[in-house]
Amino acid sequence: MRLTKDTGPPVKPVRGRGDSALTRLLESRWLGWLGLALALAAPLVIATPYALNVMTSAAIFVMLAVGLNIVVGYCGLLDLGYAAFFAVGAYTSGVLATRLDVPLLATLPAVLAVTVVAGVVIGAPTLRLRSDYLAIVTLGFGEIIRIVATNLTVTGGPSGIYGIPGLFGDATSGAAVFYYVTVLIVAVAVLLAARLGRSRIGRAWRFIREDEDAAEAMGVHTYRTKLAAYVAGAVWGGMAGVLFGAHLSAISPASFTFLQSALVVMAVVLGGMGSTPGVVIGAVVISVVPELLRDLADYRFFAFGVLLIVVMILRPQGLWPHRSRETPHTAARSKGTDHAPG
Amino acid sequence: MLRVEDLRLSFGGVRALDGLGFEAAPGEIVSLIGPNGAGKTSAFNCVTGFYRPTGGRVLVDGTDVTGRRPSAIAALGVSRTFQNPRLFKELSVLDNVRSGTHLWLRQNVFDALLHTPRFKRGEREATDEAHRWLDFVGLRGDRAGLVRGLPYGEQRRVEIARALARRPRLLLLDEPAAGLNHGEKAELLDLLGRIRDLGAAVALIEHDMGLVMEVSQRVVVLNFGRGIADGPPGAVRRDPAVIEAYLGRDADEAELAAAREEVRGAGTD
Repeated sequence: MRLTKDTGPPVKPVRGRGDSALTRLLESRWLGWLGLALALAAPLVIATPYALNVMTSAAIFVMLAVGLNIVVGYCGLLDLGYAAFFAVGAYTSGVLATRLDVPLLATLPAVLAVTVVAGVVIGAPTLRLRSDYLAIVTLGFGEIIRIVATNLTVTGGPSGIYGIPGLFGDATSGAAVFYYVTVLIVAVAVLLAARLGRSRIGRAWRFIREDEDAAEAMGVHTYRTKLAAYVAGAVWGGMAGVLFGAHLSAISPASFTFLQSALVVMAVVLGGMGSTPGVVIGAVVISVVPELLRDLADYRFFAFGVLLIVVMILRPQGLWPHRSRETPHTAARSKGTDHAPG
Repeated sequence: MLRVEDLRLSFGGVRALDGLGFEAAPGEIVSLIGPNGAGKTSAFNCVTGFYRPTGGRVLVDGTDVTGRRPSAIAALGVSRTFQNPRLFKELSVLDNVRSGTHLWLRQNVFDALLHTPRFKRGEREATDEAHRWLDFVGLRGDRAGLVRGLPYGEQRRVEIARALARRPRLLLLDEPAAGLNHGEKAELLDLLGRIRDLGAAVALIEHDMGLVMEVSQRVVVLNFGRGIADGPPGAVRRDPAVIEAYLGRDADEAELAAAREEVRGAGTD
């Protein structure tokens, strides 16, 4: 049966407006490489220990934001306790490295396993809830993890763990080297998260965000799929935690407060939920701007807050929102498939 | 393909469904009609797992699916549209239809992370499939743009395309003609015929009687959650029980006399 023979509607899909040069540039596949090049070139411009420290922190924060973007941006689950997974990763690698003298890189499989378990344990009961309730319960779990870390002896109590070795042992831990290693790891993490977002499961996450019932009707097991998003977010957060511990060589519960979780959410929302370049920029802004405002001393965070409010009024969808049109590349059909089925 | 037996559903004291039974076979369109509140959409929700019936059974291809979750029922080859279109509004038209490929697209997390050849093949297949079904339903609008940018009638087409991309063996359409203009209804009629020719079993809820009588092989009439007639359109149309449910019953002489008496009494007081 052909479409053309009957009284059926003529099929002439309308083409949308042509993309402007700017849109094409912003959606270019080279964009990621451009970002990476900028990050790699930054120490050539300024390489004081302080600047390297800020830039390394920013890179780690990008990884956190990209991980939370899977949960909040793709899947629409508001997680206010994301620092919990950051803490789980940092403590798991920190404890193994300092107490059992495991090289930091060798702790990665253990970190992976522990964060997955933590994601399932925290996610399984909470993901049965929706919207506001979910936000409140995740906030609670975030606090629970921090308080547990404060009270256990193996995590060093309130003073935490120090003497965490660098990624390759203590020998090669120059600040510039560590910065470059961090940037490369974070770049891979950003790429992988973006790829997840463009895949079958990434689409399923977005279906859930848009309409949970309709997603379920299309065969998406919403509970399991949400859990997958949560666990993926946990793994990204945990890996960022390992970098965090290696960077500072000391961790304490004070690094994993609600403020930390809130800042990551802010980076995602400020950049543009669900948009990889947006979230990367959001994270850089959130972590670097307070440093640039240091001259304002006590008024630093006041100015920062005002700035955020102004940005959200001017650009409520974020600095760089997710594209609203598919690129011709993803929307094109392959050749020779012009006929309707049947 | 679909067999509903003695289906019962109560919300508190209200009996939305009260012993409903019907069947749908491959290649046939079965229409559910009845006055508002007769339980048509409730029946669909029970079949697709959105409501858990308080009694009775739903069999899909011989498998008892009563009380399973919607995604498990969808996995057996069931797909549906909603009374008010429930599209993924902030996603592109193509992505909406790609959701139909979720159940049959073979792709695991590592394919996605590493962009294996299987991933690329699968993504191409999903896009081609989406285009094919959008062609099939005759969508004219922009496919790469957001679905909420389409006019209402076009959105209804996208919803049908999405359900078809599931490659269903049982398709449930809940009032597909609601809100469509005359020309769009004529196109829908043609589309329904072509969907039937695909060989799936189709269950249809519709208020437009002209459309129902023309397109259905069988019509099931519901009233107060119960089936009051079931048969070919011609026979159902002449069924006295159906006429009564739709038009009300003629009052007999004694009732009329009593009513006149009452009116007269009220007038002279």
